[in-house]
Parts: sequence; structure tokens; C-alpha cells
Amino acid sequence: MARILSILVGLFFTVALAWSFGKGAYTAITEPAVPTAEHEFHEHPKALHLASDGPFGKFDKQQLQRGFQIYKEVCSACHSLSHVAFRDLGQLGYSEGQVKAIAAGFQVPGTDPNTGEANTRPGMPTDYFPKPFANDIAARAANNNAIPPDLSLMTKARHDGSAYVYSLLTGYQAQPAELLKRFPDSKTPNGLHYNPYFANLNLAMAPPLTGDGQVEYGPGNPKPTVDQMAKDVAAFLVWTAEPKLEKRNQTGLVVVLFLLFATVLGYMSYRNVWASKKH
Amino acid sequence: MSFPWAQEYTPSHPFMKWVDEKLPIPRLVYNAVGGGYEVPRNLNYMWNFGFLAGLCLIIQIVTGIVMAMHYAANTAVAFDTIEQTVRDVNWGWLMRYAHANGASAFFVVIYIHIFRGFFYGSYKAPREMVWLLGVVIFLLMMATAFMGYVLPWGQMSFWGAKVITGLFGAIPFVGEPLQQWLLGGFAPDNAALNRFFSLHYLLPFVILGVVILHIWALHIPGSSNPTGVEVKSSSDTVPFYPYFVAKDGWFIGVFAILFSIMVFYLPNTLGHPDNYIPANPMSTPAHIVPEWYFWPFYAILRAFTQDFFFIPAKLMGVLAMFGAILVWFFLPWLDKSPVRSGNYRPLYKKFFLFGLIPAMAVLFYCGGAPAEEPYVMLSQLASLYYFAHFLIIIPIVSAIEKPLPLPYSITESVLGADEGSQLRPAHGATEAVHGDAAVNGA
Repeated sequence: MARILSILVGLFFTVALAWSFGKGAYTAITEPAVPTAEHEFHEHPKALHLASDGPFGKFDKQQLQRGFQIYKEVCSACHSLSHVAFRDLGQLGYSEGQVKAIAAGFQVPGTDPNTGEANTRPGMPTDYFPKPFANDIAARAANNNAIPPDLSLMTKARHDGSAYVYSLLTGYQAQPAELLKRFPDSKTPNGLHYNPYFANLNLAMAPPLTGDGQVEYGPGNPKPTVDQMAKDVAAFLVWTAEPKLEKRNQTGLVVVLFLLFATVLGYMSYRNVWASKKH
Repeated sequence: MSFPWAQEYTPSHPFMKWVDEKLPIPRLVYNAVGGGYEVPRNLNYMWNFGFLAGLCLIIQIVTGIVMAMHYAANTAVAFDTIEQTVRDVNWGWLMRYAHANGASAFFVVIYIHIFRGFFYGSYKAPREMVWLLGVVIFLLMMATAFMGYVLPWGQMSFWGAKVITGLFGAIPFVGEPLQQWLLGGFAPDNAALNRFFSLHYLLPFVILGVVILHIWALHIPGSSNPTGVEVKSSSDTVPFYPYFVAKDGWFIGVFAILFSIMVFYLPNTLGHPDNYIPANPMSTPAHIVPEWYFWPFYAILRAFTQDFFFIPAKLMGVLAMFGAILVWFFLPWLDKSPVRSGNYRPLYKKFFLFGLIPAMAVLFYCGGAPAEEPYVMLSQLASLYYFAHFLIIIPIVSAIEKPLPLPYSITESVLGADEGSQLRPAHGATEAVHGDAAVNGA
């Protein structure tokens, strides 16, 4: 009885699935999926190698400082960095005095001590990076109806994180003629910018790194080419997303080595305990 | 509760004697995981995963309690409190990554544990209750993991919650009110986040309780073993301590190394990048996917693309998704074969290795892939096999299959017929099959 019931229930599900499969297969044959411009012209990020890669990765502090400079002078006009505080910049190799000076260079929301009205005051190391726009409406109004995303976690919030940031920043180009020929409806709309590394190919952000020498790096640094600047800011955003990366790698090494040792000992004692017992 | 030859607890220290007389907890521990629990000597490494599952539960509870100390279940700040834990709390990053990857480790271990049960017939008499409680634990784990994934209130948290609670909306008549009652609103919001946090904190302790019942039920007949032949004499077993403490112990090391590699070097590999974007009800992610451990069941849900007679496709999908797990409850009564172990069931073994395992692999893959062809068609075929396997193939195979001869005893299977057969009574090897069939009540 149980078997007959079971087979009937089984037939119910399998026949329903066969029906779904049959209809799906019929549709797939009669109406094959139409290729889209996004599918055909989207490109995977270019390879990017950073000092922080891999299990022994460490931050290149000089590069992080350059990346911070790009953020401060270029990105921060539109993008917030809300999970990072000025005090965190000490990890980039800045002295306490330098951190104070950097913080003081930003205006953060404050309260007038006499009137109680909202105002702004120079930042302190305990403050977080201020947001460039008062709210999402202001952000949309200033950016062609797109909200510039917060950058703190950007390299963890996209597939291929840092490589994606680097590719996007260096990937702006004219729309390929072949794309327009095959998909005439997919012309980049006015106010958007073609970039094959962006999921739907057209991006509201104008190319932020416009030319070599856009920022001035201090002595002892590489030339600020667009490629170099993109790499530096990608490296900086790896740090903002994962400031504990070095500590994590170092702790991991100690933990794994200890566990290897303990496991070998454990295995030997297991062999010892079972030595006289065939199993 | 144990075999007559099991050692009895005899406290040597006066203090332990005093405790044991007042509250026999030392005795309980001794009989559960000490020298008092006799275990078949021939267990292979597939039998290590129950112990590991217990370890995973403890890791999750400990890291989870620490996470909860720094978390606030409020949609305005939930995402930020997790980031603060990672950035500013001492070792907060370790707690967070251990908890997130700990869920994955728990499911890896539990899937191996369950499929061990499928292959070796661990669900069969006299261990049906162990199996039923195990399925209950699995369901509780899924509920706990789902609600835990909502707590960081990232994009996948929000949209995952929306999709999964939306499934209740497919239930006829009561679906929509039920969904609103569960969420405390029309969409996931503060009310939902708060109750999910409350339940996410509660359910692990419920799991712990059911785990205790699971182990209790196991210790009545004792552990199964790779031959599926029941324990017959004292030469078939060894005491849990020191034998299996040593074996489980070193295997914990292997697990801990793999787990540490995930936590310290690949902490975000199993997570979806979208969950590092704060939840935004106005922006739907390109592909909404649950965590990897739900993929097979998510694939089954999405495999039903056509209405079936008067049943809408969505309701079929929901029925099938829950049915895919509920069918496990009936397994002890669907598989009537008196032989437990797949090693002695040639036909069942073929269906297991070349049917169920590939079908699960396809379901895993397709559940994480976008809802496009060919993934939908592949998951339809794999789901079809999945239901056929449990509901049609297993009952028929168990009726028509001719099992291979079983060893007379565990000892014989370990020592070989020459040494072991001295223990065998005069009439032949088939006795074991009949003997076990009698236990089944067949």
C-alpha cells in the first residue's frame, strides 16, 4: 500500500516536471533566446595584480597613500566612504599629526555650540569621511538621476572586486561599430557613457580619470598615468573594504601551521590507539 | 541501552563518586562518548561526520553569541553594526567570517552525513527514530541559516527574504494573509528583521535539544556500520573511548585545517558580493540566489515552469521544494530491502552512484545559475530523477533486487572468513540476511 501510494506521488511530480520540461524544450527550439548587446559585448575584468593578493599578501602602503590621494582629489566629489574613519588612515603609514591635518581638511556635519543649529566644522580623527551629498535626492539631482554608490565595500560588493574597479576606470571607450550594426537600438543614451566592463554597458559616471598627470604624486612615486591611478585607487579600495586583511593572513598562517602540527600528532596517536585492533 | 559487554562507569576519585551518586552526569557522559559506549570496530571515515556536525553547531553557537553582542536588529543600522564588528571589535572579523563560513561548513558536513545515511541504509530499522530526528534537525538548520542570512540586511538578505517568504503566498486561500502575518508587513522590513533575529537566536538551541534526542535515539540500538550487519558479539565492537575519540579527534584536525583556510584566506568566496550592498527595496539584483546550501532545493523550486492541470506552477514548485525534503521522512518505509548497506545492494548502489549523486550535482549547479536555458531544462531533468529516485525507484528496487551475500558478522568482515568464521554457527551465511529481516519486521 505504502509503495503504491509512493509511486503515485512520484508520478505526480515526475509527470509535472516532464510537462514543464517538454514545454520548455519546445519553446527553446521554436523561440530561441535572442542575444542581447549586454550579453555579447560585456567583458570580464582585466587581470590586476596587487601586493595584497594571495595568502601572504601585504598592503603596499605607498600605493595605498596614492590611492587615498586619488579618492580625496577625484572620487570624493561624488562618492562617500562611510565605513572609514580618519583615524583608520594611520594604517596607511600616516603619522598622528598627518591624520589630524587630513581630517581637518574635510568639513563634517556639526552643531553650533551657541545656537544649536546644524553647521559644519573641520573633521577630527574620530570622525568618519563625510558624505558628499546631503541625501539621495541631492545625489540623484547632481548625477543625471544616478546615485553614486558608497565606495567603502566596493571591492567586496562586485565580482572580481579590485580587478573590476581597475577595469571600469580604464575601460571607457567609444561604442564599437559592430555593436551599433548588430543592435541599432542599443546606442548609448545621452548622458551615459559606454563601458564594456559595466553590466549593462552604459554608465552614468563620466570617465573620472581623464588624463595622465591629473593628480600630482609626490617624489619617489611612479608617473600618475590613468592606468597607474586606476591601479592605485583599486588598491586603496581593497584596504577600505578589508582593513584587517594583513592581520587575517598572518593569523591564518599561524593557525594553519599549528593545526597541521596538531593533526599530525592526532594522527599518530590514532595509529597508536588502533595499532592492535584490525578494522 | 547498550551491549551487555559494555564497561560500566566506576568512579575512582571520591569526588566523582559523590557527584555520580547525587546526579549521574559523569555516568551519562561515560556511556555517551566514553568507554561505556560500544561502537562497531569497522566504521569508515564516513562515520566521522556526526561528531563534526556537533562541533559545527558549537562553533556556530559560540561565534553567534559573540556576533549578537555587537549586532542591532534594526533596518537602519543592521548593516553598519556588522561592518563595525568586523572593523572595530577585537577579533570581530574572525567571529564574523567564522560564523558565515561556519554555516557553510555545517552544511557540507551535514550533507555528507545525510548521504552516508542514504548509501548505508542508516534510516532502516531499528534506527528510524534517529533518521526522523535527523531530518527535523536538517529542516531546523535550513530555517536558521535562512534567517541568519537576512540579518546583515544586504541586498541578497532582503531579496532572498522577499522571495522565500513570497513562497508562502503561493498557498491557496490563506497564502497572502499568512505571508503578511509571517513578515509583520507587506514586505520584509523592521518587523521581519526583528523576529528573524529572535528566531535565529532561538532555533540553534532547539537544534541542540533535537541533537540530544538524535544521539539518545542512536544509543539505543547503537551505531550502524558499513556492512549493515548488526553487532553480534563483543569482538564486533570497541569502546568509544579511546578508539573513536582518537579517530574523531585527528579527523577534527583535518576539518579544522580546511575550515581555517576558508575563514582566513577565502572568507568571502562562498558569499554573494551583492550582500555587501545595503538592502534597497527599490533596486532588484540581476540574479537573486540563496546561499549555496539551498541551491538544490532552489533549483527544484524553479524547475516547475508550467501549470499542472489546475495547480499553478508556483504552487507546484513550493510543494516540490518542501516535498523534496519531506520525502526523506518516509524513506524507512519506502525502502523495504532487508539489507542496509549499499555495498551489498548492486542495483541500489548503481542508482545511488550514477543517479542520485549526479542529479544532486546538477541541482547544486543549476540552483546557483541564472534562471535561463539550459539551466532550467537541466534542473527539470535532475528534479525528475530526484523524485523518481525516492518515490518510484527505491520502492521497486527494494522489491526486485537480489542482494549480495552478507558477511556473517562485523568481525568476519574485518578479519576475513578464515579468522572470523570461527565465530560462525554451523548453518551458513544467509542467516545474517534473515536475522536482519526479522529486525525489520518484514
